[in-house]
Amino acid sequence: MEDDAPVIYGLEFQARALTAQTAETDAIRFLVGTQSLKFENQIHVIEFDDENNIINKNVLLHQAGEIWHIGASPADKAVLTTCYNKSESHCLYLFFFFLILLSRASFPTASDSRVVSCAAVWRMPCDLETESHESPDDSAHNPQALELLCHLDDSTYGNAACVLWEPMGDGKRVISLADNHALLWDLQESFTQAKVSSTATLEGKGQLKFTSGKWSPHHNSSQFATANETAIRAWDLRTMSQIYCIENAHGQLVRDLDFNPNRQYYLASCGDDCKVKFWDVRNVQEPVKTLEDHSHWVWSVRYNHSHDQLVLTASSDSRLILSNMVSISSEPFGHLVDDDELSEGEDNHQEEKNKEPLKDSVVSTYEEHEDSVYAAEWSSADPWLFASLSYDGRLVINRVPRALKYRILL
Amino acid sequence: MDVEGDDSALPEDSGRRRKVHGMLKLYYGLNEEGKSNEQPQALDPCDINGPHFDPEIYMNKLRRECTLAELMDQETCMVKQIRSLDSDMQTLVYENYNKFISATDTIRKMKNDFKKMEDEMDCLSANMEAITDFSARISGTLQDQHTQITKLSGVHTLLRKLQFLFELPARLNKCLELQAYSQAVSSHRRARCVLQQYSHLPSFRGIQDDCHAIMDKLAQELRQKFRDGGTSAKDLSECVELLLQLDEPAEELCDKFLSHARSRLESDLQGLEAEIRPHSSSSRRESSFHRSSLTAAAAASPNENISNLTSLPSPTSNADILEFIDRGCNEFVSSLCLVITSYQELFIVHAQSDELASKNITQMANAKLHAFVDDLAACYFSLVERRIQEEKSVGDNSLLVRALDRFHRRLQAVAKLLPGSSVPHHGTEIVIRAATERVKQYLSALQSFYMDSLTDVRQALATPRLSVAGGASHLGGAGSGRDAPTSLPELLSSLSASILNQIKSVLASVHLFTAKDITFSNKPYFKGEFCSQGVRESLVVSFIKFICQSSRQFCESAGDKGGSTPPILLLLLSRLCLDYETSTISYILTLTDEQFLVQHHTPVTPVTALCAEAREAAQKLLNHYVKVQGLIISQMLRKSVETRDWVNTIEPRNVRAVMKRVVEDATSIDVQVGLLYEEGVRKAHSSDSSKRTFSVYSSSRQQAARYAASYTPSAPLDTNLLSNIHKLFSERIDIFSSVEFNKVSVMTGIIKISLKTFLECVRLRTFGRYGLQQIQVDCHYLQMYLWRFVSDENLVHFLLDEIVGSSAHRCLDPAPMEQSVIEVICERG
Repeated sequence: MEDDAPVIYGLEFQARALTAQTAETDAIRFLVGTQSLKFENQIHVIEFDDENNIINKNVLLHQAGEIWHIGASPADKAVLTTCYNKSESHCLYLFFFFLILLSRASFPTASDSRVVSCAAVWRMPCDLETESHESPDDSAHNPQALELLCHLDDSTYGNAACVLWEPMGDGKRVISLADNHALLWDLQESFTQAKVSSTATLEGKGQLKFTSGKWSPHHNSSQFATANETAIRAWDLRTMSQIYCIENAHGQLVRDLDFNPNRQYYLASCGDDCKVKFWDVRNVQEPVKTLEDHSHWVWSVRYNHSHDQLVLTASSDSRLILSNMVSISSEPFGHLVDDDELSEGEDNHQEEKNKEPLKDSVVSTYEEHEDSVYAAEWSSADPWLFASLSYDGRLVINRVPRALKYRILL
Repeated sequence: MDVEGDDSALPEDSGRRRKVHGMLKLYYGLNEEGKSNEQPQALDPCDINGPHFDPEIYMNKLRRECTLAELMDQETCMVKQIRSLDSDMQTLVYENYNKFISATDTIRKMKNDFKKMEDEMDCLSANMEAITDFSARISGTLQDQHTQITKLSGVHTLLRKLQFLFELPARLNKCLELQAYSQAVSSHRRARCVLQQYSHLPSFRGIQDDCHAIMDKLAQELRQKFRDGGTSAKDLSECVELLLQLDEPAEELCDKFLSHARSRLESDLQGLEAEIRPHSSSSRRESSFHRSSLTAAAAASPNENISNLTSLPSPTSNADILEFIDRGCNEFVSSLCLVITSYQELFIVHAQSDELASKNITQMANAKLHAFVDDLAACYFSLVERRIQEEKSVGDNSLLVRALDRFHRRLQAVAKLLPGSSVPHHGTEIVIRAATERVKQYLSALQSFYMDSLTDVRQALATPRLSVAGGASHLGGAGSGRDAPTSLPELLSSLSASILNQIKSVLASVHLFTAKDITFSNKPYFKGEFCSQGVRESLVVSFIKFICQSSRQFCESAGDKGGSTPPILLLLLSRLCLDYETSTISYILTLTDEQFLVQHHTPVTPVTALCAEAREAAQKLLNHYVKVQGLIISQMLRKSVETRDWVNTIEPRNVRAVMKRVVEDATSIDVQVGLLYEEGVRKAHSSDSSKRTFSVYSSSRQQAARYAASYTPSAPLDTNLLSNIHKLFSERIDIFSSVEFNKVSVMTGIIKISLKTFLECVRLRTFGRYGLQQIQVDCHYLQMYLWRFVSDENLVHFLLDEIVGSSAHRCLDPAPMEQSVIEVICERG
């Protein structure tokens, strides 16, 4: 059974931000945000035509600045959030504000500038013309720009690190992480107004900064988790207080975390110690499982949305690893099928499969990237498809190997 | 044919003799019974020798059949035969005549002699008659006296018997007084039957009753004596014998005997038990009291004199195991043996010789004895085992071995006495258990020794560090921590030597178990399984595995908790494991195999597997060392990049202090690793390595130029082209990859980790013009110093290029510094 070759798409700029278009469940669509200090930044809407194995892209301009994080609304497929940097020198009033805030004695010259991170909600133009990847000349014509819906104006709190949408919600609530604050926003008036409804602040000595976070899909979406330095903390949205804390979750900085979509107490994290750890939050003393397959920092970890044994990790060793963590998945003995659905032949097969429980293993290591891979995402439309993005702007779309796919399904 | 009926009774004889006889008989006119097949021959009238020879027929036949010449011949032959026959007959007649004459003479002589004899016989009979007459007369006269005497003697014996009977009660009484029980019993035995027979007579009845009373008393007294604890074994057996003779039921006696013996043996056991736990002073006092009472009891019996020596309360709180076993052997085992022998003599041998006793008694007695011995031996064994378990100190093994040997040896005596008993078997099992237990203890002792020596090493590593930190303040903090003490190789060699010595001494101690003069050493267990499974596998191999295991644990535990193990210890252990892999393991195992002559009946862990494990551990430790050191430097770099405001920084005038620290640390790590690992190979480096300029400077300058150019769709693709092409041709760099066992590889690993961290951190920041320039300066400085540590300087170049390139990318105002200025700044320090 030959597996399909990976599909590679090259962006002109360096890029870190990648997300699946969460609200879209029919087309396989990913959003990529670029990083460029010099040029207009772009958001590439990349649609993958599964049948013809072609990529269709749409470029939207993101004039506000280089994109560090991107998030797609789970309710409205046209709405997205970005966290971006902008040079302060262009926005004088903010610069002035910072001048007071930081109470620096003097700024030597006017060319002196500051970089701040902001977050905003955007709407994509609805009449996207899909264009083929094969004709790059088409990109010559003027790309459309994103429509700004509102700023998540958190500059009083600090630099925005990421914005989290409420999973499976109506797209009205987001959390933004800014320095050591977590802000819960209510988006009103069809996203045009954002109001902070509650905040949580991480207190402690030193300069504390959230590096990333994740909104838990369990417990009625009332919890979220954040990572700062080597610790992972979970918060209750209703009280905005800390629920639990995994101190020293990793030896070095924690880069990313993800909730198991099917097991409410399971959490995966990754970090600069090159490890991926799986936690049962009811007992945070020891990780349930630790993977050490990467040879450099692990930047991203993602559970498959429907088959949580499949875990994707992206690392700055330019590798993407797909692991099959059967032992701690919600289906430890494979996919359970009702007996009625089975014909006799399948029955035998089922027994055979049950006899040999699958072992945790690395399914595949993808080496199509040549620079650090900072982001990897599963498609929201096809559970067997995922995209990864490396710093040099290369987006690679891959599929779960068929053998494994059938093994999980049958 | 009258002959036939005549001689029918004659026995048949063999053919030839019959022929000769036949001829003689023929001559004498006799004939034997002819067989049917002889009839025609006998009847043949032509047979010249036959009885029915008819000359007429013969002649006719001859004349008819023969020629003249033949007839002539026949005739001469016949004449010749007749002549010889005639002469034969003459000789015969003559000889027989002579014989007849002499026979006649003899007969005549006999006739004369007989006549004489007849006269003498007549005389003799006359004399005999006279004798008979006389004797009859004498006996007639003596008859009366004889009967009288016979009667008298009968009366006499009867009287004596009666006297004995009448005197019996008094005699018995006297015996009782004198405690001559055996005499009394034998007297009574003699009289018992008579008394029984004549018990219908009132006088005898009285005597019998008296005797019965006395004997009852005697039996009572014997039983009393028997029950009395103080009597010696010999007395006791005498008692039992007498009681047996008095028709006491054997079973009851067995029970009594055994219960009595049991009480004495149990007191021995109690003494032993008291010795086991003399922990508190009160119990010790109690035990010593017990002991003294015991010695008093023991002194009474002659065969336990020796025990006095050992049972004296020892001055130390706890007597050593040899003393304990000695005491157990001398008191318990020897009395047990004594009991067994006397019991067997009394009940088994005696019963066998006694025909009256049925076989049931023997069997019963045997069964009782076995149960008794098993029961007591079990108690004894449990005590011994408890005592052995207390033997925890592994200092001197010979004591334990000797004790076990004695224990085992003494049990052989029991085995000889009681062939079917399971006692020696259990004893051997105890010895085996003790041996395996001991091996386990040695293993744990070795392990704790190893951990202790590691702690010592840790301290040794820590002490010079303190002094260095006190004296040399210029390094300070962690930097001084990584300053290798000069004695690192000595530490390593002393560590490995002390471990090896410890293993050797343990092996020597364990070897005592298999020494030739130890009785149990020739048991199959000690020849085979103990050597291979016990010593080799569960001691030596387990220990080596433990070393590897604990080394691996250092890697795992230190990883998360932020390096609780000093990295230098990791380095040291890594070298230790590597040494084990190369030589020590095979040396130790060869030593073991030689000492114990291990015959591998069961599969054992091969040397190669152990070596592989050690190598794996060494690799893991070294990798971990690289990781830890790399992370320490990384952490410094990361903090330095993250905390600085790169957009608004001033023009670089100096290399940042962090970079100097990085180079210093790298140098000290280099020294440290160099003490333990070989240099390793490196690619030849160009002479002007430190002078080399970054290719990316130009490229970044080009990029900068291109950035300034107007936006064209194709331009951004080109900016990446150069670095992409570069990457295409350079190999992928595994950052946290496995390192080789040499200094250069280790240093390469550490530097790789550090620089990669630098790169990733730079990519997360935005730079101003001077920020970029500072990075340029820093990278050049690193370039100047780091190339010498790594195997392939291109690696350093590549990573530094990447760093500068990335920071140029992340720069708002990319205006690189002049190369000459950078060099000046760097050389200034």
